[in-house]
Amino acid sequence: MSHLRPLHLAAEIGGPPRYDPAHYTGLARLAERGALDFVTLGDSFARPGPDALAVLSRVAPDTRRIGLVPTVTTTHTEPFHVSSAVATLDWVSGGRAGWCVDVSTTAAEARLFGRRPAAPAAELWREAGEAADVGARLWDSWEDDAEIRDAATGRFLDRDKLHHTDFEGTAFGVRGPAVVPRPPQGRPVTVIDGTADAARETAARHADVVLVRATTPERTAEIRDDVHRRAAAHGRAPGTLRVLAALTVDLGDAESAPEPGLESGPPLAGHGTYYRGGPVDLADLITQWHRTGAVDGFHLTPITPGRDLERIVNGTVALLQHRSLFRTFHPGGTLREHLGLARPANRYARQGARV
Amino acid sequence: MTAAPKQLHLAAHFPDANNTTVWDDPRSGSQIEFSSFEHLARKAERGLFDFFLLAEGLRLREHNGLIHELDVAGRPESLTVLAALAAVTDRLGLAATVSATFNEPCELARRLATLDHLSSGRAAWNVTTSSDALTGENFRRGGYLDPADRYTRAAEFVATARELWDSWTPDGTPRPFAHHGRHFSIEGEFTVPRSPQGHPVVIQTGDSPEGREFAASAADIVFTRHGTPEAGRAFCADVKGRLAKYGREPDDLKIMPGVAVVLGDNDAEARERAAGIRLQQVSPQNAIVALERVWGRDLSSYDPDGPLPVSDPEPASAPSRGRVRHGDSRAVAARWRELSREKGLSIRQTVIEATGRPAFVGSPRAVAAEMAEFVATGAADGFVLVPHLIPGGLDDFVDQVVPLLQERGVFRSAYTGSTLRSHLGIAEPVWKG
Ligand SMILES: Cc1cc2nc3c(=O)[nH]c(=O)nc-3n(C[C@H](O)[C@H](O)[C@H](O)COP(=O)(O)O)c2cc1C
Repeated sequence: MSHLRPLHLAAEIGGPPRYDPAHYTGLARLAERGALDFVTLGDSFARPGPDALAVLSRVAPDTRRIGLVPTVTTTHTEPFHVSSAVATLDWVSGGRAGWCVDVSTTAAEARLFGRRPAAPAAELWREAGEAADVGARLWDSWEDDAEIRDAATGRFLDRDKLHHTDFEGTAFGVRGPAVVPRPPQGRPVTVIDGTADAARETAARHADVVLVRATTPERTAEIRDDVHRRAAAHGRAPGTLRVLAALTVDLGDAESAPEPGLESGPPLAGHGTYYRGGPVDLADLITQWHRTGAVDGFHLTPITPGRDLERIVNGTVALLQHRSLFRTFHPGGTLREHLGLARPANRYARQGARV
Repeated sequence: MTAAPKQLHLAAHFPDANNTTVWDDPRSGSQIEFSSFEHLARKAERGLFDFFLLAEGLRLREHNGLIHELDVAGRPESLTVLAALAAVTDRLGLAATVSATFNEPCELARRLATLDHLSSGRAAWNVTTSSDALTGENFRRGGYLDPADRYTRAAEFVATARELWDSWTPDGTPRPFAHHGRHFSIEGEFTVPRSPQGHPVVIQTGDSPEGREFAASAADIVFTRHGTPEAGRAFCADVKGRLAKYGREPDDLKIMPGVAVVLGDNDAEARERAAGIRLQQVSPQNAIVALERVWGRDLSSYDPDGPLPVSDPEPASAPSRGRVRHGDSRAVAARWRELSREKGLSIRQTVIEATGRPAFVGSPRAVAAEMAEFVATGAADGFVLVPHLIPGGLDDFVDQVVPLLQERGVFRSAYTGSTLRSHLGIAEPVWKG
């Protein structure tokens, strides 16, 4: 089985809204103990809940290795602020930040801002792609060694290593450069759910991690191949993308007869693939899917984070580790390292300009 | 029986991204790494400070169309840093400077309320009103907000945020809200319950009559540059005099000038040290840049140690839509020339003299006495300390001056509450459901 690519695991720690940081810190530490690649925290202006990026920033000093991936929406927010905040999460966490790009499609969300009406998903995902694009450009707008502190010439910066982005999109423009220097990972990890048609192209073009909700390994592999094809059309090497199957899991009834196996006609909830059963069967399912080569890993959304995440870490993950399918510790320090993704070269740095 | 002496308030400013920070000092560290913020904030908390303040700049400074290279530049985003600092501090207030011009109420009110929850009631918002066209180029709204609209938008922004913060009942039930005003027309359901302080603390900066009126009507703290005794007394009298018409008491608004502190074993040593710091802050190149910003043209051939230009600034040069606003540049130039003539100062010496920040310079005992006197005579309610070094710039003040302020009975010897409002002695706003 040496041909198998490393297995990646991530978990959502949102749930019913909570506002006390200890709740989130506890869950992130639990996931960290399981050596998961990252935790996500969903967010939206449409329902109660705290600002996810702020919550994960609060969690950062209380954790050491786990990746921190808040959802940050792009429809009513300012791309410049978003890129600054995500870069800052990377700075405060020492290179563990990502962001899960999402859009706000509802009229209710539009009314909260009062700037423009709701728009079709396809249009909003195009704009989200522009936000991801300008975000990456802003992260690159400082070359890594732009800060020179050269006492001899009195210069703190080398302005030749700072770049205006001069981005003109369909819905906004950003002159740049960023105010936040290039973050530790170069670019924080971009995560997009590429299941829906409207989001697929944006995911293929801009995401480092693509989430896929499908009920069989075959269907997942189909979507993954489509994402890879589209990514290649944008000049990206498919090997630089990680495709994770997204499952909602309910491990609440581990004692009774489980209903494992999405393959055998899974119960589908409104929010996509839904797994109900015990932690051991979940480990088996993960093992089977991964063995087919359909996915690089899994993003698990526990129905009840406190209870289910514990069962995932102490049950499912422990078993996968025992089977040597999943690592027992984080060998690297950054989220990119966990995912096996290289630190991106800076698009503005001139090749060989420095000797 | 003598009344207890008036208590003073202390805050720490993180001296990023400007020509305050002396970056070529060997003790100067990173202005970006979280460890710098953590060090300064923990030190401020050990000194029992009221709050820790982060400034904001949403566009890198440019000079003559080029990015300005000579000063510390680059900073992380404030609210995100403060959320992380909430994990490593327990009592210290956490204040973010955030523009009311380049944000929207629903989103910002939510981020601030979240910070208040995450810090158990320590959040503050320093409301600035940036309006320059350069900054606008980074945002959807683009361009430029007329000065006349800056404070009407800011005031409506704060009022709208307060409506949002009040839209959940104190027992935790969300209720629909609607606000239809000149700048914002929004409705729906806010996503965050009423936060531990009710409303995060509101800070105002900005000096125009509109800014002062806005402060009197809406702010809990004013962060000001009026840090000399005369200017401070005049400013306090003016701003506090505006409170009554909003049904507020003089003590409801704390006025805190930004000040530098330079300590020495004795006053002479401190003065010498202060002069050295000013020379580091205003390098020869920086002196010429400062001059060019007023004169509005290339003065690179001038000798920083020589005399000022005799000619006036270009009339058209006042970069009113740009980042730096000097008001009437001819008047500034005339004042600088006068200063230079009077005291026989070179370009660099003039810039040092004309752009200096109010400072307390002396032995720890002299500085403590002067600060206490300042507050006792109604020139301020306290100070925002602006150190010139990161991350250790507050160490000496906290170790050497704070104990003397405590000895004099003008500063707390322990936090008595856990929220920023409790440190400031200001009430939680009444819920207006
Ligand atoms: C002490 C002080 C600190 C300030 N800090 C900031 C800042 O961090 N970011 C910013 O954009 N503006 C800052 N400002 C600018 C003010 O918000 C305001 O835009 C400016 O003073 C012009 O307003 P005015 O005409 O009322 O003086 C500061 C102003 C003062 C006096």
